[in-house]
Amino acid sequence: MKNNLIVSGSPHIHKQESVSRIMWTVVLSIIPAGVAGVIIFGLDALWVTLVAVTAAVLTETIFEVWTKKKITVMDGSAVITGILLAYNLPSNVPLWLPIVGAVFSIAIGKQVFGGLGQNIFNPALVGRVFLMASWPKYMTTFVKPFSYDAITSATPLAVLKEGKILEHISYLDLFLGKRGGCIGEVCILALLIGAAILLYKGYISWHIPATYILTTAIFTYIFGAKQLFHGDWLFHILSGGLILGAFFMATDYVATPLTSKGQIIFGVGCGLLTAIIRLWGGYPEGASYAILMMNAATPFIDRYTKSRIYGLR
Amino acid sequence: MKNLIKEFTKGLIKENPTFVLVLGLCPTLAVSVSVANGIGMGIAATFVLLGSSIMISLVRDFIPDKIRIPCYIVIIATFVTIIELCMKAYSPVLDRALGIYVPLIVVNCIVLGRAEAFACKNNLASSFLDGLGMGVGFTLALILISAIREFLGSGQILGHTLIKGFEPIFVFGMPSGALLVIGLLLGFFNLLKNRKT
Repeated sequence: MKNNLIVSGSPHIHKQESVSRIMWTVVLSIIPAGVAGVIIFGLDALWVTLVAVTAAVLTETIFEVWTKKKITVMDGSAVITGILLAYNLPSNVPLWLPIVGAVFSIAIGKQVFGGLGQNIFNPALVGRVFLMASWPKYMTTFVKPFSYDAITSATPLAVLKEGKILEHISYLDLFLGKRGGCIGEVCILALLIGAAILLYKGYISWHIPATYILTTAIFTYIFGAKQLFHGDWLFHILSGGLILGAFFMATDYVATPLTSKGQIIFGVGCGLLTAIIRLWGGYPEGASYAILMMNAATPFIDRYTKSRIYGLR
Repeated sequence: MKNLIKEFTKGLIKENPTFVLVLGLCPTLAVSVSVANGIGMGIAATFVLLGSSIMISLVRDFIPDKIRIPCYIVIIATFVTIIELCMKAYSPVLDRALGIYVPLIVVNCIVLGRAEAFACKNNLASSFLDGLGMGVGFTLALILISAIREFLGSGQILGHTLIKGFEPIFVFGMPSGALLVIGLLLGFFNLLKNRKT
């Protein structure tokens, strides 16, 4: 009885949620995509993921010991960064590449800003873009699905970018992940299972993923082909890193807007930038750049979508 | 005498123009791709600093206060033109590598900053040493930044490969690499400063 009479400040009603609980649920929800990646590309994909996670966790520990901060490895955010970084790499990269990427993600992308909650960019994407700019030759050679060896193949989007005609690839192949690509982005089915868990638990809201995917679809439908309104929008949704980005990276709590209005602006911006980079940009895929650019715009979006304080005119 | 030595040494670390005063970042970001470029730019800026400091300290009593900035600019531009023409004549390769950033020394904040903050108030000897110290400090900072960038970005220092099998990190040869290196070095120098106090 005595314990029920604690006097405390608001909020008085709270859920049994914590940062680490949410983070570990996110980790669980992205595991199916990794399992699919291992099935499609072989054990290499597993090693890349494990190395990236280990490097990310170690970097976080060392940095926090060095700067005498609280060790926050157990909240799972470094694990997510490691996994997401690995999911954005081809499975046949040399193993030092995920290590360098993870160190850069955690040290420069996150800890330099002050750790979890302070970073202005998604750390995993910072690492990916760093690797992409530094060693493009490793980042753009992909293994052919189900070949389990060194046969390389271009991603469908890269083939499209070079102006070649796509050899027949069905929407079902794209949906199940039978295509060249990064470890975690190929199997849309597995990604959607994870996304469903997060949506059901309420850890992510529909605003960013829905507006992001919808904007890309509409834009590529209108401008995707020589003739207006003839673009292959379903192909654009199912290929590249769009689904992985929309559900797992554009919904990062720290670097995205707080209000639902702001999140819709964020999603539309990501969708537009992704489609523009894909159709007219220099790279075949633009999801990572689109999300990073919108991360940079987040403070402004937040400022202009501030909700009205209750009772204030 | 002791004061004079201080005027020289303060530019090296304690008031280093790049890492402590954070002036003249534009040429620093642009030309620090290779050590050779860094040294060339450093020498050019040091020459201009030295010349303009001497001149301005000599004529400081004749220049009316209201038009002092245009006067400084004329003096600085003279020295920049001298070094630009010399570079074009004797080292065309370096001139092409540095490009627009040689004429842009005219508006380099370090040069005008020293003219306005120091040379116009101090005598010839201390202005000379101040200009020299700042120039050397700027050159050292450029060499440090460009050495890191050239090594990481192309695996070389002054064109010599240091480690065989090192795969260059291309990003350090790009503008974003310059921002990264300067940001980290600034943080490092602030760390040193905070440790001391």
